[in-house]
Amino acid sequence: MAEIQSNEDGGKKKKGGSKQKKLSVHIDFTPMVDMNMLLITFFMLCTSLSKPQTMEIVMPSNDKKIQKEDQSEVKASQAITLVLAGGDSVFYYQGIPDYTNYKSLKLTSYDANGLRAFLLSKNSEASLKVQELKKQKLDQKISQDEYSKQVSVIKSGKNTPTVIIKADDRSNYKNLVDALDEMQICNVGKYVIDKWTTGETFLIKNYRTNGSLSKKTTK
Amino acid sequence: MSKVKVARKSTRIDMTAMSDVTVLLLTFFMLTSVFVKKEPVQVTTPASVSEIKIPETNILSILIDPKGKVFMSMDKQGDMVNTLDSVGNQYGITFTEKEKNKFKVLNTFGVPIKSMKAFLALKTEEQDKILVNYGIPTDSTDNQFKLWVRAARKSNGPDLRIAIKADQATPYKVIKDVMSSLQDLRENRYNLITALKK
Repeated sequence: MAEIQSNEDGGKKKKGGSKQKKLSVHIDFTPMVDMNMLLITFFMLCTSLSKPQTMEIVMPSNDKKIQKEDQSEVKASQAITLVLAGGDSVFYYQGIPDYTNYKSLKLTSYDANGLRAFLLSKNSEASLKVQELKKQKLDQKISQDEYSKQVSVIKSGKNTPTVIIKADDRSNYKNLVDALDEMQICNVGKYVIDKWTTGETFLIKNYRTNGSLSKKTTK
Repeated sequence: MSKVKVARKSTRIDMTAMSDVTVLLLTFFMLTSVFVKKEPVQVTTPASVSEIKIPETNILSILIDPKGKVFMSMDKQGDMVNTLDSVGNQYGITFTEKEKNKFKVLNTFGVPIKSMKAFLALKTEEQDKILVNYGIPTDSTDNQFKLWVRAARKSNGPDLRIAIKADQATPYKVIKDVMSSLQDLRENRYNLITALKK
């Protein structure tokens, strides 16, 4: 489709024009554009432009050789245990589990006024500080590096709660990620995923039956 | 009355500029593109607020489908062959050059090592079909998943990052198995791939 048009009229108008014919070369680029567009479409459809988000987690070491002194102990007053049970339900208790009182275990939910509200109230000091820092970062008073450094200091502060996440086999992966997500939202720096024990099974059963199990054991 | 003569204008548009633009765009896409990896199972990752991006290279990604089948993929082909070799060695299986070459081009692998030879002999289309029914065994009696991760770590060195991509409906039991296997290998740092929360 490329055509070469000889522009003879133009040449003749010139007075005493040279004998060489001037050729204006017009190439039709339409097919080229068509092809390029096709290729672009192909590349656009086949590539993943956005990289997936990730969550970084650090699990405790399974090493049994770790000395007693190296193990960190959590104050009972600062420990919160989340119990992720099946059927998208989540329970929590504070400190050492009280097997005799079924009301020590509390049912909550994954939405904003459930678990998040509770954790924020427990961690209000740290989350306020982080919010302040965020504001400073937005106003460009502090750099990103400085911000993340300070946040990690706040998160590992003295009066922050430690959250222990225990998930039942019947809960699913989404529950776990939701729980980990709440840690991030509520600026909880110290959390751990722990193994499910029979204690939790007992607590939940006890809760569901309004304490009939603990009554049996005390009698 | 003279007729009004409508001047005939040619409607030819110069496409040169347009072509310039498209070529530029094309170059951009060709240079930045990372092709979507074909995955044997469809996985919907749970949403989170986390905004850390995953690094592009040197990743061992562990894919877990809703039924709990585990697949793996790596991005360096040379290391894939080393990994296959070392896992094969432990089961007394040696692979031929041809089989290794076939293994190299796999996007995702997840076949018990004993069926690996038969699997590699199949054609690509058949492999894709059959892969869904397999999965790397993670149970405690025959934990090949551990071997794979250990072999991958050995051949990739300390820079290898482990990423877990699991479906949101995956039962926690499977995740627990995978996580405790990783813990046994002292792989205590890894990434969970999530989607952006809307």
